Amino acid sequence: MIRFSHVFLKFDGRQVLTDISMDVPAGATQVILGGSGCGKTTTLRLILGLLHPESGSIVINGQEIVGLTERQMAAIRAQMAMVFQGAALFDSLTVRENVGYRLWEEGTLDNATIEARVVESLRFVGLEDTLDKMPAELSGGMKKRVAIARALACKPKIILYDEPTAGLDPINTHLVSELVCRLHTEEQVTQVVVTHDLETAYRVADRLIMIHRGEKIFDGSVDALQASEDPRIHTFLRPAEVLAEPGCFPCKDGGVRVVAPAADKAERTPA
Amino acid sequence: MEAAATRIEDTLKGYAATVQDFAQLCAITVAGIFRRPWYVQETVYHMDRIGVGSIFIVVLTGIFTGMVLTLQGAIQLEPYGAVPYVSKLVSASVVRELGPVLAALMIAGRVGSGIASELATMQVTEQIDALRAEGTDPIKKLVTTRLIASLIMVPVLTVITDGIAMVGGYLIAHFSLSIDTFFYWTWAFAALGPMDLVYGLLKPLFFGFIVCMVGCYAGITTSGGTVGVGHSTTNAMVTSSILILVSDFFLTKLFIYWGW
Repeated sequence: MIRFSHVFLKFDGRQVLTDISMDVPAGATQVILGGSGCGKTTTLRLILGLLHPESGSIVINGQEIVGLTERQMAAIRAQMAMVFQGAALFDSLTVRENVGYRLWEEGTLDNATIEARVVESLRFVGLEDTLDKMPAELSGGMKKRVAIARALACKPKIILYDEPTAGLDPINTHLVSELVCRLHTEEQVTQVVVTHDLETAYRVADRLIMIHRGEKIFDGSVDALQASEDPRIHTFLRPAEVLAEPGCFPCKDGGVRVVAPAADKAERTPA
Repeated sequence: MEAAATRIEDTLKGYAATVQDFAQLCAITVAGIFRRPWYVQETVYHMDRIGVGSIFIVVLTGIFTGMVLTLQGAIQLEPYGAVPYVSKLVSASVVRELGPVLAALMIAGRVGSGIASELATMQVTEQIDALRAEGTDPIKKLVTTRLIASLIMVPVLTVITDGIAMVGGYLIAHFSLSIDTFFYWTWAFAALGPMDLVYGLLKPLFFGFIVCMVGCYAGITTSGGTVGVGHSTTNAMVTSSILILVSDFFLTKLFIYWGW
């Protein structure tokens, strides 16, 4: 359903993605793991056609999207929805208007049907009582859930999530990842979840890929990821073990760099 | 030396790219006026915000400009015994130059910077990307609607500024300089030909375009979080003010060349 083949992307002469390939089958939940700034969100933007790769192929539902114009891309985007990192709810619209935005814009359904769809989507995320609230009146977790409801309202075949649990407390993190799981089991929606939250990743993933500095370094199941001996993966999954000593920082190759001054170390060492 | 040359080259390329992007945005926005959907409700909303919301500042600008112009004009005309004709000076200078330019500068300060900060905030909070993801053309919805509203409301606000400036001039002329009401208004209108009105409406149309497009461009090209929002707002205000003053000179030259 989503196929990346040898995708390369450069920004201002800097290589952001290098030879990324992946396959996301219909109905599967693919997690993209990686540290901050490694190119995870960029990958989502490529799927949505908000960015165009330097080279390579991106196929969505059997259609190549590289080279499509903005207007041609609109038809592809109609099958997709995205939950942005900061929720990206429209400030000037109520929750009702945000959730039903695309349906009202398309103008193919009558008001009563759209209203019912909006309430149904909000009920799915447990926020049907916030219809007339403005985004500014919602907490971070509620905004994320409204963003999921907005994604759901148009019944997309593909939902993309950019850090859906970032900045949320454990309860809201649980609620959001639970929603992702329910969409997988109840609606069979194809989902791509970008995150660096391991707990969420393990919970929702059918498959994972891990990106490190723009390169794919892992593609497989949760169990295979946990069993990996790649030092970069090991550092990402178990930083407390690898970077236990104060002053330790991860290196490009996954190794560890110690920058704490010797004097400090000496002070910390018991006599 | 070589590094300096490279830096100059990069800077010039940057400016050229900005002009190119701005021209492209203008072309897409203008083309959007003739393409569905038209977002009538949004356009009316922006007309209200730009037009009705700016009435207070243009009224203040107009009335004090007219009053000051009358006071200063009377001092200059006194040695020639021409003080009673001060309304000719006020109406001609207000309708041709001061009204359009001062109204546009005030609107640039209030509306242009407002548009820039609003769109910049939408940009840094990913709302513009969200619009695209929802299948909406953000330029059509955010920029074209504001451009139509500006093109309609800036000339209207300029006419209001002109009218109020002449009223302000009348207040000083009548109550301070004891000029007869009928005399003031007769000479005020006598100074204006039909082409002055066309001239006085074409300029605000152009200025409205500058204020809106500069604000929108600054907004949607914002990067760098909240600091970027601040920069965009300042840039929009400064750039549109400079462009208004510079283009006013060239428009005046052009109208004189055409014999208007």
